[in-house]
Amino acid sequence: MADISEQLQQQVQSALENHQPLSIRGGNSKAFYGHAVSGTPLETGGHTGIVTYEPTELVLTARAGTPLEEIEQTLAEQGQMLAFEPPHFGAGATLGGTVACNLSGPRRATAGAARDFVLGCKLINGKGELLHFGGEVMKNVAGYDVSRLMAGALGTLGVLLEVSLKVLPRPEGEETLVQECSEESAIKRMNQWAQQSLPISATCYDGASLYVRLCGTEGTIAAARKLLGGEEVPPTRTWWHKLKEQQHAFFSSNKPLWRLSLASTTPPIPLKGKWLHEWGGAQRWLVTDEPAERIRKAAEKAGGHATLYRGERGNLDVFHPLPEGLMTLQHNLKQAFDPKGIFNPGRMYKTI
Amino acid sequence: MSASAPHHSPPDIREQLVRRFKAVLPAEQVLYSDEDLRPYECDGLSAYRKLPLAVVLPDTIEQVQTILKACSELDVPVVARGAGTGLSGGALPHEQGVLLSLARFNQILQVDPQQRIARVQPGVRNLAISEAVAQHGLYYAPDPSSQIACSIGGNVAENAGGVHCLKYGLTVHNIQQLKVVTIDGELLTIGGSGLDAAGYDLLALMTGSEGMLGVIVEVTVKLLPKPDRAQVILAAFDDVVKAGQAVGNIISAGIIPAGLEMMDKLAIQAAEDFVHAGYPVGAEAILLCELDGTNEEVSAHVYQVREILNHSGATEVRTASTDAERMNFWKGRKAAFPAVGRISPDYYCMDGTIPRKHLPEVLRKMAELSKEYDLPVANVFHAGDGNLHPLILYDANKPGELERTEEFGGKILELCVEVGGTITGEHGVGMEKINQMCVQFDALELTQFHAIKNAFDPNGLLNPGKAVPTLHRCAEFGAMHVHHGELPFPELDRF
Repeated sequence: MADISEQLQQQVQSALENHQPLSIRGGNSKAFYGHAVSGTPLETGGHTGIVTYEPTELVLTARAGTPLEEIEQTLAEQGQMLAFEPPHFGAGATLGGTVACNLSGPRRATAGAARDFVLGCKLINGKGELLHFGGEVMKNVAGYDVSRLMAGALGTLGVLLEVSLKVLPRPEGEETLVQECSEESAIKRMNQWAQQSLPISATCYDGASLYVRLCGTEGTIAAARKLLGGEEVPPTRTWWHKLKEQQHAFFSSNKPLWRLSLASTTPPIPLKGKWLHEWGGAQRWLVTDEPAERIRKAAEKAGGHATLYRGERGNLDVFHPLPEGLMTLQHNLKQAFDPKGIFNPGRMYKTI
Repeated sequence: MSASAPHHSPPDIREQLVRRFKAVLPAEQVLYSDEDLRPYECDGLSAYRKLPLAVVLPDTIEQVQTILKACSELDVPVVARGAGTGLSGGALPHEQGVLLSLARFNQILQVDPQQRIARVQPGVRNLAISEAVAQHGLYYAPDPSSQIACSIGGNVAENAGGVHCLKYGLTVHNIQQLKVVTIDGELLTIGGSGLDAAGYDLLALMTGSEGMLGVIVEVTVKLLPKPDRAQVILAAFDDVVKAGQAVGNIISAGIIPAGLEMMDKLAIQAAEDFVHAGYPVGAEAILLCELDGTNEEVSAHVYQVREILNHSGATEVRTASTDAERMNFWKGRKAAFPAVGRISPDYYCMDGTIPRKHLPEVLRKMAELSKEYDLPVANVFHAGDGNLHPLILYDANKPGELERTEEFGGKILELCVEVGGTITGEHGVGMEKINQMCVQFDALELTQFHAIKNAFDPNGLLNPGKAVPTLHRCAEFGAMHVHHGELPFPELDRF
């Protein structure tokens, strides 16, 4: 437990005076995500501690450097969880990094992403000012939604100091079923299930098998199992944990790993490589040597975007290039929060 | 600072505007006589009224682009309006500006049941979406109480909620893509067909931005499968504090009800007199708890919730056994506002949110204020998510009573901020709560909001004067957010 916000604010102010870009770092578990930043490290890992946690209000507020593990442990003791199931990608993962990257796990399609659970935040903007937006209540429409804007901004708009999140009860039980099927039929099944009132909390198709996780009361799971059919996967928790942390065999390749986010009903995409579907078909991982342009074109065609998640970048953009009008707005927003461009320059897009 | 209003001599600029609008719109879609403008003088907050220079009713995106370009070139403010049901004066016209009505954008463009989305024009009514997709077993979850009339574009602009937010989220959680026209007339697509988009989360930023950043011309909403079953439990309490604790006990048990509503004595009485829902009129508070999901889950949870309510000291617990009975339980709650309208010449609806644990304290202080201002208050409360709707009963024909009501309302909002809540949970700031923004945010935070506005609308032409107060206005208002014990707005003169 340590509040080092003043120290961080001073570091930002001195970076401003010296025109010195900063590379914001929590647990350094997600350095792979986005472009490398050359800047003086600003270590937020020391800014730790759960500030408030009210299980009956379903709200937790913690400092940005608080280890994700500590938060999840604290929630578990009260039978609650971060419903977006964030991947850690390393032992040191912090709350701040998780929100800044807006990374979500298997439950995303039904529960929502990290950004959906953000209720408020404290941050230091690019003028070195300490600001507070949102709050600790579920409903709050006073002012622009700056807190959600911070989710996925990769620290390019401000240094997150504190985040308030909505939390949810853990389901009473869970069970995973597996069915063998083709890619076409997996896409069809996942989308058909999503149209029905079923207790599905996650889906995954790995190229041969379709995994579906059921959550809820014993009776609910039993009824859904009967309806859907399939074999039971014994250690359900471990299986989804490995998937979320990318420890599934699919992710062991040395080739570039792409993440395509697109319409869930998109038919199989004719690009060479290995595919793995999640989120009911709305998130697709691709291990491939195909050129970036072809991948991005395919993603656009499906109303989505493609991220070069892991692997050699060369001169490639990690994140999907934006149309001019949207890019202008990104620049304007960067200017609004960080006029001197000191926070994580180039981490998201080379020019912001 | 981007919120300064431009000044023109109205007749002259009106002529120019009308000429340019008539070049792209049929004559009957450009209104400028006082008589024609009158229906647009206010939104759902009728205490504030103004006439714009002109009202335009375009029906294509290209027309909207042309209108905005014209306003931008002539430096004329633009206020976008959907169904005009907003309760915070967000669509109050600007005297030197154009009111842009999206009412003619009323088409459902596409329903894709496989993908569970509907692509609709902004003027489509909230309820019309659920009605159109019902045949596929789907619905659109956010259900503000005005859902029969309010439009989806306005829902996005206000980040509208409803009674099912705790479980199903607000508008921001239930939309996927927006088409927006900027003040320069540029058409942007924000979001996409996937669950996220590249770049900053502009979808979140646009949602709830109260028409300050762009004009929404198309919305793609997410649809959910209708739950197999929904069941409502009604519980009566002889003490509001016990009712509040019961809410905490339900959530502690790991149950997230689809809806969890509380009403106090005065609201119960008014609703019962109006719709005869069979509410226990002697009770100090009632809770309505709706559980939905699979058949098995609802069965298990109904049993559990009844136990919890009994253990929490409920004097009576009833479960609706038929759909008709369920509707009846809800009828009283849904009619609460008009019901209060029957017992008082006027009422003023507030919209603060508080951390629920502070409910007893807030209710006690509100009762004190009610005595002090000599104005009764009825309370309806989205108990699950802490969103309070105190209804202040007053008579606008009595001199000074509206002013006293507004002051009382302001005090309630300040009380919400004091206990860690917010001045608006779902109705928006608009014109109504602009002063209380100075209580909730300090000068630096407000300046950051203005910088965001500036990123989209550097000349401050979109809905000027709403949602985010100027620092000057806060200084005049005098209710300051004292940050770290420093005197706020030191750069400004005192009034």
